[in-house]
Amino acid sequence: MTTTLNTTLNNTTENKINTEERIKIRDIEMVDVIVMTGSAISAFALSYFFFQILLPVSGALGFLVCWYVFFNIISTVAVWELRGAVKAKDHLARVFIWTGGMAAVVPLILVLGYVIGKGYHSLRPQFFTQDQKYVGALSKSTEGGGAHAIVGTLEQVGIASLISVPLGITTAVYLNEVKGRLTKPLRMIIDAMSAVPSIVAGLFIYAAWILALGNQQSGIAGSLALAVLFLPTVTRTSEVVLRLVPGGLREASLALGGTEWRTTSRVVLPTAKSGLVTAVILGVARVIGETAPLILTVGGAFVMNSNPLSGKQDALPYFVFRLIRFPQEAQVQRAWTGALVLVILVLVLFVIARAIGGRGPDHISRLKKRRLKRKGLA
Amino acid sequence: MSVVGQSAPSDIGTISDPDVVVHPVVRRSGVDRIFRSVATSSGVITFILMGLIGGFLLLKGYDALKVAGWGFLTDSEWAPDQGGKFGIAAILPFTVQIALVALFIAVPVALSTALFITEYAPRKLRRLLTAMIDLLAAVPSLIYGLWGLFYLQPRLITLSKWMANHLGWIPFFHVDNQYGTSLGIFPSSTFVSGVIVSLMVIPICTAVMREVFSQAPPGEREGAMALGGTRWGVVRDVVLPFGRGGIIGGSMLGLGRALGETIAVTLIISPAFTAKWSILDQGSNSIAALIALKFSESSTFGISALMAAGLALFIITLLVNAAASTVVSNSRSGSSTEI
Repeated sequence: MTTTLNTTLNNTTENKINTEERIKIRDIEMVDVIVMTGSAISAFALSYFFFQILLPVSGALGFLVCWYVFFNIISTVAVWELRGAVKAKDHLARVFIWTGGMAAVVPLILVLGYVIGKGYHSLRPQFFTQDQKYVGALSKSTEGGGAHAIVGTLEQVGIASLISVPLGITTAVYLNEVKGRLTKPLRMIIDAMSAVPSIVAGLFIYAAWILALGNQQSGIAGSLALAVLFLPTVTRTSEVVLRLVPGGLREASLALGGTEWRTTSRVVLPTAKSGLVTAVILGVARVIGETAPLILTVGGAFVMNSNPLSGKQDALPYFVFRLIRFPQEAQVQRAWTGALVLVILVLVLFVIARAIGGRGPDHISRLKKRRLKRKGLA
Repeated sequence: MSVVGQSAPSDIGTISDPDVVVHPVVRRSGVDRIFRSVATSSGVITFILMGLIGGFLLLKGYDALKVAGWGFLTDSEWAPDQGGKFGIAAILPFTVQIALVALFIAVPVALSTALFITEYAPRKLRRLLTAMIDLLAAVPSLIYGLWGLFYLQPRLITLSKWMANHLGWIPFFHVDNQYGTSLGIFPSSTFVSGVIVSLMVIPICTAVMREVFSQAPPGEREGAMALGGTRWGVVRDVVLPFGRGGIIGGSMLGLGRALGETIAVTLIISPAFTAKWSILDQGSNSIAALIALKFSESSTFGISALMAAGLALFIITLLVNAAASTVVSNSRSGSSTEI
C-alpha cells in the first residue's frame, strides 16, 4: 500500500490523469520569475541610489550586501502582496537556503583559484626533480625544487596506507561480517578515534616512538602518525560500503555451502571493491595534506632523503608550512608553488576517487570484458 | 513494512511464529576460525591503539602535571622551561572561543547547504554540490590557513573594524585599545581564525545533517505537501523536527573538529596568554596551535608540559565527540517517526 503510494507520488510527472495531460509540480511560475527580475532590478537601482548618491561610501562588497538586502525586502513584499503571507515566507526561506548553499561553494572556488594564481608563476618542471640543496634564501624562486618533499610525502603516505588500509578494512569486516561482542564498543572507539586532533596523533607518536622507544625523527615516525589518523577514516568509510552489499548475496553464498571466509573474500569484498577503493583514495587525499603531526615527527630537511627509516625527511605540507613563514619573498613564493602541487595532488586523487566511485558493483571494465570474452563468457 | 509482514501467506506455519528463533547450526572450518580471529584481532588492535594514545600522553605529561598540580587548570601563563607557571586557563577559553566563532558561521551555512542539497537543488546541481562539499573537506587545512592569512585576513579586518565601531556595545566585539580602532589591531585575532576554521567545519556538519534530512519520512513529507504546504512548510514541519538530532549532533561533531584544528590557527594567530572576552583584536591562542608553535623550542620538561596540554585537548575532543555520536545515533533510530 504505502509503496505504491510512494511511487505514484514520486513519479508525478509520469502519472497520467484522465485528460492525458502530464502534471508537473512546479515551485516556480512565470509570476515568480517576473517578481524576482523586477525585485532584482529595483533593488539594484535602490542600492545604487543609496550608495552613490546618499552615502559617501563605496566598495563592491558593501554594494552587493546592500543589493542582497534590498532584493530580499522588495521581493518578499511583492510576493506577500500577490500571493499572501505563506508564500512570502516560502519565498524568503528559498532565497536564504539558496544563499547558504552557494556560501559553502564560493570559498572553495576562491581558495583553489587563489592558490593556483599564486603558485603557477614559479612552477617549473625542476620542482619535481630537484631539492633545495643549492638554494639559498635569496636565490630566485624558480631555482631548486621540492622533489625531496614530494618523495617524502609519497613515502610517508604510502607506508601509512600500507599499515592502515589492511587494518582498517579487516576491522570493517569484523564490524560488518564477523560481528561479535566487541562490535558496539569498537564502533564507539572508532568514532572517538576519528575525532583525535591531528596534532595529538603527532604528540602520541612523538611520545611513544621517539621518546619511549628512543628512535629519531624520521619518515617512518611521520608515517605512523599519519596511520593513526588514517585508520578510523578507512574503517568507517569501508564499513559503510560493506553495509551496502545486499544481504541476499551473502545468504546465497552461505546457502551454496560457502564458508564465511569464502563468502567474505569472494562475494562481499569483490562486490564492494569500487566503494572500498574510493574510500581509500579519499582517505589518502585527506591524509596527504596533514601538516600538524609531521611538525613533530619527520624533522624536516632541505635535501633529498629517500630513506624513510632513518634521518630527517621532509614532507610537502611541512615544506610549505616552514617556507611560508620566511621573510624572504622567494621563499614564500616557493611555499606557494608547493601549495599548488599539494592542491593538484589532492584534486587528482579526488577526481580518481569520484570516477571509480561512480561505477556500480556490476560495472565491468574493458580489461575484465576482454578476459571474460577469452573464457567465452561474454 | 509491518503491513507486508502481516499480509504474507501464513502457510509456512511453524517458521512464521515470531517467538521461535531459529539458530542455524554453524560448523566452522579451520580457515574460517583463522579468518574470524584475524578480523577480531584487528579490531582489538584499534582498541589498544586508542588506549595507548591516552596512556602515552598521560605518561609523558605526568612530570609536568605533577609539578603544576591544579595550577595546570588555573594558571594562564606558559613558561615551563623558564621555571615559571604554566596552565591552560587562558589557552582553553581561547580554543573554545575560536571553535564557537567557527560554529556560529558554519552551522547556519551547513544547515542551509544540507537543506539545499536534500530539498531544493535540482538533481544535477545536487550531485555537483555534494561533490563540492566533499572536496571542501579534502582540501588540506594548511591551504585554508594560507588562503586565510594572505587573502581573507586583509579583507576581513575591515569587517572587524566595522563591527568594533558599530557593535562595540556587545562585550565580544568591544575593543579597548590605546591605539584606538585603527586597522592594525585587528589581524591575528580569534575572529579571523574562527572564520577560517569554519570552512573546515562546514563539510562535516553538512554531511551529518544531509544524511539525517534525507531520511525524513517521505510519507509525512508528502502528507504535508498534499495538505497544501509550501516547500518551506514541509521543511519547517517535517524535515527540521525530524532532523533535530542530526543538527545538534552534526554541530557537536563540528565543534570537536574545530577544537582540534591546528595548522590554520597556527598560521593566523599571534599567541596571547591572557584570557579576554573580545574576539576582534589581535592575540589569540589554542591548545593545538600552542603545541605546534612551542614544540621546537621546548626542552624535555617543556615537551612534557605540551603533552599534558595535548592530553587535555584529547579528553575534551573525546567528550564532545562521544556526546555528538550519542545524539546522532539516537536521532537515527527515528522511533517517533514510524508511520
